[in-house]
Amino acid sequence: MYVAVKGGEKAIDAAHLLLAEERRGNAAIPAIGLEQISEQLTLAVDRVMNEGSLYDREWAALAIKQARGDMIEAIFLVRASRTTLSRFGYSEPLDTGAMRVKRRVSAAFKDIPGGQILGPTFDYTHRLLDFSLAGTAADPKAQTAPADSSDTPLPRVLDLLGNEGLIEQPSAPDAGPGDLTQDPLDFPAGRDLRLQNLARGDEGFLLALAYSTQRGYGRTHPFAGEIRIGMVEVSFTPEELGFAIVIGEIMVTECEMINQFKGSSGIPPQFTRGYGLGFGQCERKAMAMALVDRSLRAGELGEERVAPAQDEEFVLAHSDNVQATGFVEHLKLPHYVDFQSELVMLRRMRADILKGKREAAE
Amino acid sequence: MTAQSYNFAYLNEQTKRMIRRAILKAVAIPGYQVPFASREMPMPYGWGTGGVQVTAAILTPDDTLKVIDQGADDTTNAVSIRKFFEKTAGVPTTERTGEASIIQTRHRIPEKALRDDQIIVFQVPIPEPLRFLEPRETETRKMHALEEYGVMHVKLYEDIARYGQIATTYAYPAKVGDRYVFDPSPIPKFDNPKLDDCPALQLFGAGREKRIYAVPPHTKVKSLDFEDHPFEVQRWDEPCAICGSRESFLDEIVTDDKGSRMFVCSDTDYCAERQRAGARP
Repeated sequence: MYVAVKGGEKAIDAAHLLLAEERRGNAAIPAIGLEQISEQLTLAVDRVMNEGSLYDREWAALAIKQARGDMIEAIFLVRASRTTLSRFGYSEPLDTGAMRVKRRVSAAFKDIPGGQILGPTFDYTHRLLDFSLAGTAADPKAQTAPADSSDTPLPRVLDLLGNEGLIEQPSAPDAGPGDLTQDPLDFPAGRDLRLQNLARGDEGFLLALAYSTQRGYGRTHPFAGEIRIGMVEVSFTPEELGFAIVIGEIMVTECEMINQFKGSSGIPPQFTRGYGLGFGQCERKAMAMALVDRSLRAGELGEERVAPAQDEEFVLAHSDNVQATGFVEHLKLPHYVDFQSELVMLRRMRADILKGKREAAE
Repeated sequence: MTAQSYNFAYLNEQTKRMIRRAILKAVAIPGYQVPFASREMPMPYGWGTGGVQVTAAILTPDDTLKVIDQGADDTTNAVSIRKFFEKTAGVPTTERTGEASIIQTRHRIPEKALRDDQIIVFQVPIPEPLRFLEPRETETRKMHALEEYGVMHVKLYEDIARYGQIATTYAYPAKVGDRYVFDPSPIPKFDNPKLDDCPALQLFGAGREKRIYAVPPHTKVKSLDFEDHPFEVQRWDEPCAICGSRESFLDEIVTDDKGSRMFVCSDTDYCAERQRAGARP
């Protein structure tokens, strides 16, 4: 006689044991340490901090280790942990103008006050596998790089245009920025919430959307006005003090895009802006974010909304990879009951049709 | 962080208060989808995060919890969610419908009638019944506000024109309290009649979509239909092969590769209780 499928609990426990074993891999090989991950897989850690919405290199490194290098799984681990933390309040706005710059480039001007600073970039490397890195022996003696950061604040490229009135002034929301982790997203969303959503959004999704705008699906004619990477101070005003104090320093990547102009009867034509910002070194993400931000401003700037990247509901509702992966992968869960319902109906439909055919033939 | 460092039932009290406010509003406006600031949970979106948050917000140490998926207590995801609350809340759990004060469910309503001292919490993937007819939230909210449900009836009519019957078999839309059309979650339409005038409070949580809605006790829930095509539920030609029930929703079990199959109750507790009482096929 048939015995109902039992043993879900045992199966889960066994799967967890197997997972732990697979994660560790060959025990003869030393386990990877969190310092190694945060020091040597820096950009992976940066991505997990960005999309995990938490600036904590140690937790991000732990998440990467626990997730066996699956980035979305690591992001998910960080999100699920951060959501349990108490909130003390919001920091003061970051002053990225006062950044200690490590890298800073502009594609709009050949030379800019403060100069172009390449910094640590893959940009001009030849993508040839470097077999000298293959061994675990000590790295070939690294040459000491020249001083790599500027301690004096560098003027913003877009301000140079702004002083001449050639680019629109950035605007702040009247009521202070919203927070989509504390209030459900409502449409239409303001630019503040859109930017928050994009900052947490999946890098791959934003990259593809940004790319689509370059290929004609909602063109915005962008120039990389300025990309800067470096350290900025975080200030916080405790209620009991009443004035701001610096509580730490974080690395961020900021991208300001210059886009095609817009004018009106009252205002002569001006360039428009797209903005991207993320934790750590995340140029691809920040640039894609700036392109998508500008595309999503279509309505505000009186452009016809025809492309996916201009469609706020489409972009914001599908950018979160933790949500997306959960819902796609939930198809692995049992759907016996729903499938049974479909089976019963399909059989009945077929029977009705076959019966009708038989009767017609008789 | 250890399990001990988490609050009772995982969520912090601020979050629970926010969710309870949404639940109160949902109860006050039956069938209306209340937006709430859904949190990331330690299980994936689409795997019951909405139901888990609702349960976490209403759970007290005196509660007894039952968790089912596809009607069964021992399906993997039900096991996982039950373990989560055992670990984070330490509440007693049960597999018996009659002994539970809170029942969290995915895709089924238990066969045993619920009582007024019970709460059933549904896990909801897509809370918006109009979503597959109109993908935009801004539009569907307007349609609900204006009680503009014509497209849904057109869809059901097109089914009849094309297939001779309404081809929706689960997540079958119904109207709550003569006002809001709602999605009862992907329960089979077989379970829809149980929603109507139910003595238990019925709560629905959609985590990824950030919505909570409710059917308060003894509220009218009417499955959409037409006068000449009245709503009807699935029926099977044979009884449960284990307990002989002709009243319950049956799962089809494929027993070999030659087309043999048998039908057994999807509600494992219902089936086991009947067996204890001596019921046989």
